[in-house]
Amino acid sequence: MHVKLKLFASLRNGRFKEKTLDIKEGSTLIELLQQLGIEKEAVAILLVNGRDGEFRQELKEGDVVSVFPPLGGG
Amino acid sequence: MPGHLRNIGTLTPDEQKKIQKAKVCIVGCGGLGGYVVEMLARLGVGCLTVVDGDSFEESNLNRQILADTASLGRNKAITAQERVRLINPGVKVNAFSRYLSRDNSREILAGHDLVIDALDDIDTRFLLQETAEELNTVVVHAAVESWYGQVCTIFPGDRSLDRIYPNQRSLKKNYTNNSFTPALVAAIQVGEALKVLIGRGNILRKRVLYVDLLEQEYHFIELET
Repeated sequence: MHVKLKLFASLRNGRFKEKTLDIKEGSTLIELLQQLGIEKEAVAILLVNGRDGEFRQELKEGDVVSVFPPLGGG
Repeated sequence: MPGHLRNIGTLTPDEQKKIQKAKVCIVGCGGLGGYVVEMLARLGVGCLTVVDGDSFEESNLNRQILADTASLGRNKAITAQERVRLINPGVKVNAFSRYLSRDNSREILAGHDLVIDALDDIDTRFLLQETAEELNTVVVHAAVESWYGQVCTIFPGDRSLDRIYPNQRSLKKNYTNNSFTPALVAAIQVGEALKVLIGRGNILRKRVLYVDLLEQEYHFIELET
């Protein structure tokens, strides 16, 4: 199945801005992120189709996932 | 005072009077906080409390407006206090040359109309959110790193940081930064603070403005409650 992954800010470094990925049925969000070497700690705001996503959430065909990294400096 | 005449138009005379009576606490006087203090003093906010336990060092010179060859080695809150006095002696300014902690956060934050989160430590940001909620005070949060920044205005009970940093408790990091991202993000933060104080305009409540100056992208992210 296909999902669209949108990465923001520093998560794009060495990866991409936006890509449609072919993943196996029943994959979870955390599995998708791990395939790209994105650790939990590097994920702040996580959206699926514009709504709050969960790491354990199973993805569905056509889902759009958006991932923003944390910013902490002042 | 005549120094505020040019504010009129942005603010009504009544709003100017209102902010002259306002008390704002700025926690963190580094990259963001230095600019926030400068802008709030020039707006004529009547009472500022500046909080920072840290002292200026050379690595701050690339971005912190209060860091210069004269302030190296000096406490950031005290330096901010002196800066405000130079700009506008009519502003009452209290300085706490300590880090915000569980032992002092209520004492420091109590009695303010608004709190500015200009910290660089995520755990302390959560402490600020918690204490401000107990005191029924609004927090204007901002954070910066490299080309990126974010701003969110948090009302008591919103607990927006829980959504902004869901996996980042105890995350310790040295953040890279530059001269321009903190200046821009601090300006947005001050605009938010001003709107909360005067009760006018559209604020970033339950949504985050996430700025990417490299790709020139400005995202408004709705936070669910």
